[in-house]
Amino acid sequence: MTNSLADMDRSECLFVIGSNTTETHPMIAKRILRAVERGAALIVADPRHIQLARFATVAVRHRPGTDVALLCGLMHLIVRNNWHDQDYIRQRTEGFSSFERVLQNYPPERVAQITGVAVEDLVRMAEIYATRSPAAIYYAMGITQHTTGVDNVKACANLAMLCGNVGIPGGGVNPLRGQNNVQGACDMGGLPNVLPGYQPVGDEQVRSRFEEVWGTRPPGQMGKTIPEMIQGMQEGRIRALYVIGENPRGSEPHLRHLDSALEKLDLLIVQDIFATPTAQKADVVFAASAVAEKDGTFTNTERRCLRVRKAVDPPGEALEDWRILCRLADALGAPQNFEKPEDIFEEIRRVTPSYAGMTYARLGIDGLQWPCRTEDDPGTPILHVGSFARGRGIFHPVAHKEPAECPDDAYPFILSTGRMFAHYHTGTMTRASTHLDREQHTAYVEIHPKDAQTLSIEDGDQVRVSTRRGAVALEARVTNRVRPGMLFMPFHFQEAAANILTNPAADPVAKIPEYKACAAAIEKIMGGETAQERSV
Amino acid sequence: MDCRLVPSVCSYCGTGCGVLFSVIDGTLVGTYPIKTHPVNEGSLCIKGWNLHEHITSPKRLRNPMIRRNGQLQPVSWDEAIQEAASRLRTVVEEHGPDSVGVLTSAKITNEENYLAQKLARTVIGTNNVDHCARL
Repeated sequence: MTNSLADMDRSECLFVIGSNTTETHPMIAKRILRAVERGAALIVADPRHIQLARFATVAVRHRPGTDVALLCGLMHLIVRNNWHDQDYIRQRTEGFSSFERVLQNYPPERVAQITGVAVEDLVRMAEIYATRSPAAIYYAMGITQHTTGVDNVKACANLAMLCGNVGIPGGGVNPLRGQNNVQGACDMGGLPNVLPGYQPVGDEQVRSRFEEVWGTRPPGQMGKTIPEMIQGMQEGRIRALYVIGENPRGSEPHLRHLDSALEKLDLLIVQDIFATPTAQKADVVFAASAVAEKDGTFTNTERRCLRVRKAVDPPGEALEDWRILCRLADALGAPQNFEKPEDIFEEIRRVTPSYAGMTYARLGIDGLQWPCRTEDDPGTPILHVGSFARGRGIFHPVAHKEPAECPDDAYPFILSTGRMFAHYHTGTMTRASTHLDREQHTAYVEIHPKDAQTLSIEDGDQVRVSTRRGAVALEARVTNRVRPGMLFMPFHFQEAAANILTNPAADPVAKIPEYKACAAAIEKIMGGETAQERSV
Repeated sequence: MDCRLVPSVCSYCGTGCGVLFSVIDGTLVGTYPIKTHPVNEGSLCIKGWNLHEHITSPKRLRNPMIRRNGQLQPVSWDEAIQEAASRLRTVVEEHGPDSVGVLTSAKITNEENYLAQKLARTVIGTNNVDHCARL
């Protein structure tokens, strides 16, 4: 997030796009509703009629995969009506004129046709966002999990800059992070192209600085992303995989393709707290620790580094993950000499300028937001104040593209996947929790009443959902939450794994798969088949 | 009776709500919101209130394991670490460091993520490091 959660109290307009916030980030949704109660405007754009839409000043359900068109349509109207912030654009940005030319391709009539959103709604959204200042954009995986994910994010950033909303209190472009330490994992260099603190692996000076601390020079050639690793496994170029705290056999798209890749490995090491489907395929399993069993830090969606504290020991012989990593490094001839997580944090500070000013003592209970460069730096609640990190903000022209797979005669529906409020990711943790599993125990697929009627499907019927990659059997929920022509499935249930169906086609830059839109078919299951036979 | 509250952070999404783990005689028995926390201001969602349940689940892994004759079997840490290290070494010797991939995690701590990528980059010698942020 460019801004902070507390900033929501200062926004005059909140634009939520591609985030089912009340289910996936309930404590953030609470702040959104508090802002609405105070009188702030709320714009909601989501292909499903999510709960937040009920509280919105204007809520629209655009066709999945048309976010760029929707956002460009809003920007077209803002420029046409002179609602944009011309001083801000002149003083703080570049690339506006070529960007403005591309916007001409998105008149409201065309955008209405692409997105399915009425022209009147487009005009209201544009006017509210542009005239209620400061305005903040909030998004989640509904924006990023598309083959156009990077373009979607650029379109959000363009909209925010167009109205002077970046670098001000109550504004910003604010992605809501889905997993507890996604931000930290990225900050710490858990990526193939950057070292800790987003320092590029290809930069000689950066590598020299790391060599001074590490005693070994890190390699300079860019590594592989997860989809590239899976491809490499298929081709025999990746022979060993070490998976820590993740269940790709639930979270990867096109699970059958993943399984055939895993079978080609010489060695699969899995480090987890449960015998996940991925652990069940492993050659070596390391029994690891849960959140209450170790010291350390997480960094949340607003870049706030927070202390995690050990309350109990891991069960049985299980070990803290940092101890396992140290033991493995030791066995590979590279002893790490860390006695406690704080020692590791001290090394992180030395190599990561944005964390350099943090200490365990300073983090206390409330934590600190990066960048925090020196020990008297109070941290940074808002990024890009006064000027952008790179100097001037760039307008990137973007153009609408259809999803990689569009509905056709054989697969006439668009299938989207996502989360529900009681569960987390592939369910390995929440489904082991008695109360959460009882709350939402059954996999389901949402279908619009009109479509259900055509296919003689009634609420609660067993149905088979299929795509070009496989099929799963599960219960139908007939509901207005989805648009006609759309299906929605949560991905928490191994017994009806949504990711058997999803399309591995990914954004060319971010390599995020298109979980939010693929072509699917649905049919009612007639009696007599066993569950096994139904999951083809 | 020993009763303690330990301040920490919820691990069920990226919001970062401040929690207090309640521990009675060494057993984790509950999760409560921190009243003054800047993120959640004294509230938790249904997942947060039940955070301790997955941690105390009887399904938790209690031992490292190695696959022998097709079955995963409990072993000592020394055996598990040696098995992993020697087989990793073999793969690197035969196919080079870039034949290894490391998936670090959006669920573990910063310190652990840092160690995982450092292990990949300096001990194995590859930038094939990624995690589930994309998924």
